[in-house]
Amino acid sequence: MSAYLSIRNLSVALKGGGPILRRVSLDVHPGQVHGLVGESGAGKSMIGKAVLGTLPRALQVTGGEIWLDGVNLETLPPSERRRRIGATAALIPQDPLTALNPSKRIGPQITRRLVDILGWSRADAQNRALELLAEVHIPEPARVMRNYPHELSGGMRQRILIAAAFAAEPQLIIADEPTTALDVTVQKQILRLIAQMQARHGTALMFVTHDLGVVSKVCDSLSVLYAGLVVENARMRRFFTRPIHPYSAALLAATPTYTDPFGSLKPVPQNVITAVETEVSQHDRRTGA
Amino acid sequence: MTLLRAILLRLLTTAITLFGVAVIVFVVIRVVPGNPIAMMLPPGATEADILRLETQYGFDKTIPQQFMIWLGGVMQGDFGTSISTRQPVSGLVLSRLPATLELSIVALIIAVTLGGTMALLGTRFRDSKTEGAIDVTAGMALSIPDFLWGLVLILLFGVLWPVFHISGRISPSLDIDFTTNFYLFEALLRLRFDVIADLIGHMVMPALALAIPLAAIIAQLLKQSLKETMHLDYVTLARTKGYGEAKVITREALPNALLPTLTLVGVQFTFLIGGTVIIERLFSYEGLGNMAIDAVINRDLPLIQGIVILFALIFTLVNLAVDMLYVVLNPRLRHA
Repeated sequence: MSAYLSIRNLSVALKGGGPILRRVSLDVHPGQVHGLVGESGAGKSMIGKAVLGTLPRALQVTGGEIWLDGVNLETLPPSERRRRIGATAALIPQDPLTALNPSKRIGPQITRRLVDILGWSRADAQNRALELLAEVHIPEPARVMRNYPHELSGGMRQRILIAAAFAAEPQLIIADEPTTALDVTVQKQILRLIAQMQARHGTALMFVTHDLGVVSKVCDSLSVLYAGLVVENARMRRFFTRPIHPYSAALLAATPTYTDPFGSLKPVPQNVITAVETEVSQHDRRTGA
Repeated sequence: MTLLRAILLRLLTTAITLFGVAVIVFVVIRVVPGNPIAMMLPPGATEADILRLETQYGFDKTIPQQFMIWLGGVMQGDFGTSISTRQPVSGLVLSRLPATLELSIVALIIAVTLGGTMALLGTRFRDSKTEGAIDVTAGMALSIPDFLWGLVLILLFGVLWPVFHISGRISPSLDIDFTTNFYLFEALLRLRFDVIADLIGHMVMPALALAIPLAAIIAQLLKQSLKETMHLDYVTLARTKGYGEAKVITREALPNALLPTLTLVGVQFTFLIGGTVIIERLFSYEGLGNMAIDAVINRDLPLIQGIVILFALIFTLVNLAVDMLYVVLNPRLRHA
């Protein structure tokens, strides 16, 4: 099975500065969920941003290839790249409170892409949006379409953003810590919803999170990142039974359990950190970064 | 009924403001040196002449008494009689108001267009030489006051390259009977393009002089506000939907970035209206401001009072308009 999204040796760096992503390679297969895990600042969100073309202005792609459905995005002219992303990929953002435009009604925020980028008729887009809102369990979709974001709760807004992401029936969805900003009780519902929607629509999903517990529930495969370096690419089952990299093993061991919340909450051992730091600097020396 | 209460409250504060303005103006112009009666009489007038005129205009009474008499008249729509022209103040003021309103509105349109364009371009090409050039231009435009811009414009387009009229509101040679004093508005409605061209030819320079500093403020503030908005999540999300930079700026960022700018533009627009006083003088434009200066020179107390009250009324109306526009643009303040 060929990958829908295939990233090869992707490097991202600060303009005129240090590396952020170090020759990252990973595959996301059609209909599968691929997790990206790592500590804060490991660069997991940056992979998604590099694919979508929304890297902060201070960063740039310095090397590598991003293959989306057999096309290397990095060789496309910017406008063509943008349209291709808009038509085939979508983002479920982290913070539902800031990801909807406060001065626009919900309806157009879902339907605009369908009309403007994909050339649907207004009526078709409208029906599609109503259908999707019902699918993400929004009560009274027709009324919600006329609401402004501030009139809805955080959980509702995240459901709307999920509906909007699936609206154009994209081949790839990137979920950037989609539950981090939510209330714990809502987190589970949203997580289940994303998993359900992904399965029903058969979308390839790249799931960025720092929560291995979440990964174990929804992912088919994952990449573990440390300082912008992929230390391990693994299939899910193998990873949880036999992690290869010591850092992966330490991360797994650091996941708190319900039975012993305080005892199980332990830091990654210093010798593992030292080892993985050495690995990063060896990598930099090898690649001349 | 919160809306009704808000409106009543607003009317009440407006009335109090206007009353305060009336009291201050009334007292100040009577306390400062300069006697309107002395201005009217030829040198060598007798004490008896002076006393007779003072009694006729009521200046022999105390200031509070004079104020009560004046206020009584105002309540019935009588703002008194101009001393220098011996015509009713209300008629004089209302005949000049359209000229000043047209000038201010044209200036505002120019300022918003210029400033908005600069802000959008600066945001589109942010962190580049274009943005630098826009910042420098705006800085220069802002550091020169409107009346100096007036002189610069007269020098450029009135003397060195005389394309615009440097004085007046309309060419006397134009034979047209206006039914209102809104010349430009009326000419537009009657589709008299020759008249429109002539009016614009007169208005361009004073309007530009008033507009340039305001355009600079709009450019700087709106650009700052846009640039901050461009970092927000919903703008990033719009990018992933396939929209180009220009669309993202105008459609996603602009409606939200407008709000903080709007409040300031409202305040600055009242300053612009204040600026018409000197600019109208500079360009001999027959508006309220020009009349105000004449009234001060002639110590025409009733006329000064009338003009100041009218300016105060315009300011409060502009503020009211801004507040209403703010509610229209900001859905968070709107009740469904």
